[in-house]
Amino acid sequence: MRTPWQLRVPAAVAAAFLVLPLVALLFRVPWLHLPDLFREPIVGEALRLSLLCATIAALLAAVTGIPLAWLLARSTGRLTGLVRALVTVPLVLPPVVGGVALLSAFGRRGLLGKPIDVVFGFSLPFTPFGVIVAETFVALPFLVLTVEGAFRTLDDGYAEAAATLGASPWFAFRRVVLPMMAPALLAGTVLAWARALGEFGATITFAGNSPGRTQTMPLAVYLAMERDPDAASALSLVMLVVCVVVLALLRGRWLTTGSAA
Amino acid sequence: MGAARSDAADPVALDARVEVVHQGARPFALQAHVAAGPGEVVAVLGPNGAGKTTLLRAIAGLTPLSGGRIRLGDRTLDDPALGTWVVPEQRRLGVVFQDHRLFPTMSVRENVAFPARARGMRHGAALANADAQLAHFGLTEIADRRPARISGGQAQRVALVRALASKPDLLLLDEPLAALDAQRRDTTRAELRAFVSAFAGPALLVTHDPLDALLLAGRIVVIEAGRVTQDADPATIARRPATAYVARLAGLNHYRGRVSRGGIELDGGGRLVAVDLPAQSSSGSREVLIALAPSAITVHTTRPDHGSARNVWAGRVRGIQQIADRARLDVAGPPDALVDVTPAAILDLGLTPGSAVWLSAKATEVTAYTAE
Repeated sequence: MRTPWQLRVPAAVAAAFLVLPLVALLFRVPWLHLPDLFREPIVGEALRLSLLCATIAALLAAVTGIPLAWLLARSTGRLTGLVRALVTVPLVLPPVVGGVALLSAFGRRGLLGKPIDVVFGFSLPFTPFGVIVAETFVALPFLVLTVEGAFRTLDDGYAEAAATLGASPWFAFRRVVLPMMAPALLAGTVLAWARALGEFGATITFAGNSPGRTQTMPLAVYLAMERDPDAASALSLVMLVVCVVVLALLRGRWLTTGSAA
Repeated sequence: MGAARSDAADPVALDARVEVVHQGARPFALQAHVAAGPGEVVAVLGPNGAGKTTLLRAIAGLTPLSGGRIRLGDRTLDDPALGTWVVPEQRRLGVVFQDHRLFPTMSVRENVAFPARARGMRHGAALANADAQLAHFGLTEIADRRPARISGGQAQRVALVRALASKPDLLLLDEPLAALDAQRRDTTRAELRAFVSAFAGPALLVTHDPLDALLLAGRIVVIEAGRVTQDADPATIARRPATAYVARLAGLNHYRGRVSRGGIELDGGGRLVAVDLPAQSSSGSREVLIALAPSAITVHTTRPDHGSARNVWAGRVRGIQQIADRARLDVAGPPDALVDVTPAAILDLGLTPGSAVWLSAKATEVTAYTAE
């Protein structure tokens, strides 16, 4: 079928709308000042913290979210629907509200935070661990939903064949299901990572904005906008480059559509 | 139990009384008894949706029983009344699925090594074993290939080698030839026959193809609508079909009737004479089944007066079909009959749909027998 112009025009608008701001950003970046801006320790610290926390958050999301997605994909009970709905809530929740909710759970006087503080003398909010918790909270639903969708497409037959060949469910999951699902799992994890890397609302609410400790790149960009827009553009460029590079690397190997090599 | 299993374990027998009931939008009930001795190849034959695959899945432990009991040797695999249930991975059986289900992320070698790996053998030893098995079946050439890069026939052989790799007590084959094109079926069927006859334990072959059942199995269990309708050797199946479905597969006209006054009154109307009437059955009923080959019926355009045939009846041609080098008439009776004639006879007799004809069959050609 030929593509009718009624579809071509809005499609072009959508593509342009997504690309144009990124191009504009490139124009706005003070290329000559870049070396100076990057020499400021705050940039390096924010970038390092961002990458580290986002990576840990994505791994935490993968380790817990993949099993949850597997259960959701395979269970049919009424409870499953409820769990899926609850898991989806953080996806549509404004991240700031998520931050408030996290404080009520893990804050110094929170539901869980209080006993933890009493017993261990440790409190999550306003620490780098808090950043990781906030990022995991918003990234996990992305991972669960994408991975669950992928698990649903998997033919049960392979796991059945593995069972008749003597494989325990755990062995079959590790040796048959995970390798077959690897591209989808990686895609889900990368999506979660990107979501964690860009996290702003929950992080600033739950972990605060202390430079070198909980100030991630998005927070640094936001703060820089107020006093030094050039620095904000430069920081934004760094994030853009990081994201594009990671996506490009993965796309070549894993994220291509169709069968994995 | 508890005794270590040796590779040279004595072959065992399968005794499966399978009852599976599904409620819901498409209610389904299977109630079938299938037994197979050591070295015996039993075909489970039936139309699509009859419950063949459910039977196989129940024995494999992929579908739990609603009732009945499955025994393999002295082990009870499933008995809902006793609460006994052996998980599939501990049933020690080999299943060849219709779609083979070779793991796409593994090479052929790794696929064959999978059962040993699953049972805890070290990687290197498992691969060495797999190589030996692949060599034994002449598959060394494709050992490094992924399943996506081998032919359908090769995939079928690899699936079989993989299923046999763990030295199972029982072999289950689900439509093993259905995924192949017609040309490859013949050669693969011959290979399969060699594979399966070399297997010491019982083998169950699920198929909807009567030729597979006749050529591969020593006994055929026919399942229709969730029930066993016939359980017999291939020769009996081919000559004395118990149901219209089996008769159609065997290519025979099939009637049901009652013995009276030296002949058989057919349920659908009409009367046939047979030479040998079965002895009175123990239940006292004189209900009999009749098989009559389409090639044993002769067509006439006028009433045959002087022939030796004792069965003569009038009919009307409903349809004419070409089957290989013969023409098959569908004649409305009573009794209705399929009749095989040569294409030349169609022309000689001037037959078209609607033609009035006379049919005749010798009493010696009419096989009367009691239902099991």
